[in-house]
Amino acid sequence: MRCRKCGTTAVINMRHHKLALCGEHYVEWVLAQTDRAIEKYKMFTRDERVLVAVSGGKDSLALWDVLLRLGYQADGLYIGLGINDPLPYSDASLEKTRKFLEFSIQYSVFRTGDDTQHATRITHPSTPLRSAQDASRFTPTLHVIDIAQTYGKTIPEIARAKMRGQGRPCAACGLTKRYVMNRLALDKGYAVLATGHNLDDEIAVLFQNTLRWQTGYLARQAPVLPASREGLVKKVKPFCRMYERETATYALVRGIDYIYDECPHAGGNLTNFYKTLLNQLETESPGAKLSFYLEFLRARGEGAFEQFNRVEELHACEVCGQPTSAPGRCAFCRMWDVSRVVE
Amino acid sequence: MQITFRDKQYETKPNITARDALKKIGLDPESVLVVVNGKLVTDDVVLREGDEVKLVAVVSGGRET
Repeated sequence: MRCRKCGTTAVINMRHHKLALCGEHYVEWVLAQTDRAIEKYKMFTRDERVLVAVSGGKDSLALWDVLLRLGYQADGLYIGLGINDPLPYSDASLEKTRKFLEFSIQYSVFRTGDDTQHATRITHPSTPLRSAQDASRFTPTLHVIDIAQTYGKTIPEIARAKMRGQGRPCAACGLTKRYVMNRLALDKGYAVLATGHNLDDEIAVLFQNTLRWQTGYLARQAPVLPASREGLVKKVKPFCRMYERETATYALVRGIDYIYDECPHAGGNLTNFYKTLLNQLETESPGAKLSFYLEFLRARGEGAFEQFNRVEELHACEVCGQPTSAPGRCAFCRMWDVSRVVE
Repeated sequence: MQITFRDKQYETKPNITARDALKKIGLDPESVLVVVNGKLVTDDVVLREGDEVKLVAVVSGGRET
């Protein structure tokens, strides 16, 4: 199969777009598509500081790479969960993330002294240059929060202690990550928190919520979750229209060394099961996944779920001050038995 | 010829497309990327005897959503 733009050998055929591209033109396409989504959904601007939640996986590292290449002020946040049994999953993930950062700095992302103009200059020849000037260098920062060092236990340990999720640590993990991401983004003054959720992630959740007609969740699923209350940072998903095979392809083409393994606790989870089902549908009906998501967003935009979007009264946690639905300590402080603010 | 996926080896006959090979070994073409002799390829590529074929799982992580 040949690249539609230059006729050389294609590395990807996107049947839902009827588009095959070579590596060089595919990277260009991903950059343009991501920038378009950022603008369309009013996620952030080049004048705002962005915190990217990075896990060492393909989606988050690809997102960080794309945002840096597009000239956004994107720093990273890695949360060390302490999942190292039976395999050193967390340690390996941090290692991949650090190597990515070293590579990014080495092969340089430049920004001009003028905050309104940015330049990216990376190894790939197709990188769009935002400016020819390289007056000053933007050096991305990686924030690392080690949960065991900060709160005294790893995620598997706190999950066992509290029996959340009946033995599986996923609920404790999700609660902790959401809390830490939100708090660090606010404390460090970031305008938005960006996550690497791709279209497959989004439609797996959409499918699950539709099967159960969880209308409240449907009302709140969107590419942007605004900072609607004090204490909540704006959250965005720039890859929300990008298929998972597209982010994986981008990572491979760009030579990003990401962690291939799944989290050892992910086996048998429903999200992956729904992804498998939806991929079978996509194989038989190209574009089905994209259509499912975009038509949902259209219906949501037209107010189909507005009546279910209840605004809950929020209270400030008596320990940490973060928003919580009930008076007293928030779910995070209760789970971790936190009685004073942890710096 | 052999196809490697997640440390497992799958046997298939040569001179068929990667897409057909994936179907024969029971994998959904949407769920993997095909790397032949170190290069990422589209699944219409015909696999030849002696090719080194590796598959990369599209789904990874296990992220809480």
